[in-house]
Amino acid sequence: MALASPLGRRFVIGVPYAWLVVFFLLPFLILLYISFVDMGNDISPFKPIWDSATGLLTLKYENYNSIFRMGEDGALFQTLYIEAYVRSLWYALCTAVLCLLLGYPFAYFIARSKPSVRPALLMMVMLPFWTSFLLRVYAWKGILADQGVVNQALMALGLIHEPVQMLYTNVSMLVGMTYVYLPFMVLPLYANLVKMDFRLLEAAYDLGTTPFKAFWLVTVPLSKAGIIAGFMLVFIPCVGEFIIPSLLGGPENIMIGRVVWDEMFTSNNWPRASALAVVMIGLIVVPLAMYYHFTAESAESKN
Amino acid sequence: MAETVSKEDYLVTEKLVKRFDEAVAVDEVNLRVRKGEIFALLGSSGCGKSTLLRMLAGFEKPTSGRILLGGQDVAPLAPYERPVNMMFQSYALFPHLDIWENVAFGLKREGCAKEELKTRVGQMLDLVQLGAFAKRKPHQLSGGQQQRVALARSLAKRPKVLLLDEPLGALDKKLREQTQFELVNIIEKVGVTCVMVTHDQEEAMTMAGRIAVMSKGRVLQVGSPQEIYEYPSNRFVADFIGSVNLLDGKLSVDEPDHCAAQTALGEIHVGHSISGTLGMPVAVAVRPEKVSIGKLAPQNVRHNLFQGRVKEIAYFGSYNTYIVVTPAGVRVKITEPNGSHLDLLDITWEDEVYFWWDDTDAVLLRN
Repeated sequence: MALASPLGRRFVIGVPYAWLVVFFLLPFLILLYISFVDMGNDISPFKPIWDSATGLLTLKYENYNSIFRMGEDGALFQTLYIEAYVRSLWYALCTAVLCLLLGYPFAYFIARSKPSVRPALLMMVMLPFWTSFLLRVYAWKGILADQGVVNQALMALGLIHEPVQMLYTNVSMLVGMTYVYLPFMVLPLYANLVKMDFRLLEAAYDLGTTPFKAFWLVTVPLSKAGIIAGFMLVFIPCVGEFIIPSLLGGPENIMIGRVVWDEMFTSNNWPRASALAVVMIGLIVVPLAMYYHFTAESAESKN
Repeated sequence: MAETVSKEDYLVTEKLVKRFDEAVAVDEVNLRVRKGEIFALLGSSGCGKSTLLRMLAGFEKPTSGRILLGGQDVAPLAPYERPVNMMFQSYALFPHLDIWENVAFGLKREGCAKEELKTRVGQMLDLVQLGAFAKRKPHQLSGGQQQRVALARSLAKRPKVLLLDEPLGALDKKLREQTQFELVNIIEKVGVTCVMVTHDQEEAMTMAGRIAVMSKGRVLQVGSPQEIYEYPSNRFVADFIGSVNLLDGKLSVDEPDHCAAQTALGEIHVGHSISGTLGMPVAVAVRPEKVSIGKLAPQNVRHNLFQGRVKEIAYFGSYNTYIVVTPAGVRVKITEPNGSHLDLLDITWEDEVYFWWDDTDAVLLRN
């Protein structure tokens, strides 16, 4: 079929590429540029890269240096920024693992249910998107607060005598992030599990495998692509998550998204905020590349 | 206990019933499979043959009845507890494992020692001539090779009974003929008792030692391919296996060594007894290739000689098929091997012809 003429094909591929260049690559290059200059004054938040006195181009590494080193000759990797990065990666990992543990049985159940009820069950997964994201996060405040639903219920049952601090802790932050990102885990897992041939499980039973072992030996390995996709879809945005930690998280656990915000709008230090953002992108590109590698591999093995 | 079971009754189903809600898929099936034979369940789709096989494998729980394997009732056992393995129609090879791991899968589950595992998987791969493909993934093999991997995997645990679900169903026609002999050779080499399910009568006839013809959840006849073809015990089997002329009539003669039926064609003599009551409705089944055709009346033929007009001739290369219609309007199908006699060359459309068959070439069926 002469459906894809070279011109039409170029256009179809070119439009999203142009979009990405204008709204992603270009802003990133600007960010990269700002990260290599000095802080500006009140009028412009950063200085130009060329020195107007000497006419020379000079890259300033101070912004990066200050991320990794305290002062000029402090120990490497012992700054508050590094702590914030590590914390962000750790909580993103925890969120992804929690989403996987909650989402896998959920996705498995939907994939194994009757085809006629699947759309309804999937709709329930996506239903939260129908209300505002902020509204849903605020709702958790009401649930987890000292005078919130959970504490009141526990006290009514006589299990506790005074409210337990749940809001503004790591627990409330993880609850919020897991809650918000769960659909991103369930949907790719479901898409993967629903395609699985049930006869493969029968073959495993037939060859002497109990249903429990068959799940680990057949179902889990075959859903690897779905697990990775879901994991990345949760992990990557969680690293830079800003709203949920600031609304539900504690004051002592500052995540990197918050740090960038503070540098940008409180300290008005655009170059350092830019450097922090560039490093964060670097941290995320590595798992993203891994994800790409795995999906390319599994796509190859299917052909 | 198990020692007292005869070779004849190696795998037995007793009044096996499977109901799905109110629909009866398998209806009081009694089968006796001999040790070491290839036994085929033959029937069209929806006849219950696959459900029966799945009950033997343990994927379906019988509503009632027993399945005895070597004298032991295996019906309550889960599939992973039965000494029975199945080769799936779709092969169901594990796509994430290579060929070697696929074949080793069952042995690993029973905790086979490493050295023994190696030799046994190696033996199985050699048996199906796929030793060189051990490290390939299933999707890298052709359909025929995948089928052999599936066979090796189902034989690796040395099951007491091998179940084959439409073993050649996923192969194209050309490959099928070659593969069915290969498959039988391997099964006979291993000497495993085998129950196969197929809707293809040719496949059942060439591969199986005995066939059970099924319809609507019931077994209608069990016998060797010859028995089933030559002496069908009822209308359905006669009609289902091969091509047949069925002539309805009433029983007119019933002697110990022969009988006859009055049909629209006239009186037909049949060379066996039926021991029924005179006048009861019967049908005469005669295969098209048993009927002779000629322009001249043959000598020495006393019974079953009729006249008709040729309405259709179809040329199939190795044989011709004629449709002859008698003055009474009965259509009879006749096939003759090409070049069996010169007289055939003259027969053409609208010719008046004679056709006849021996008493022993037809079977009388109760309705």
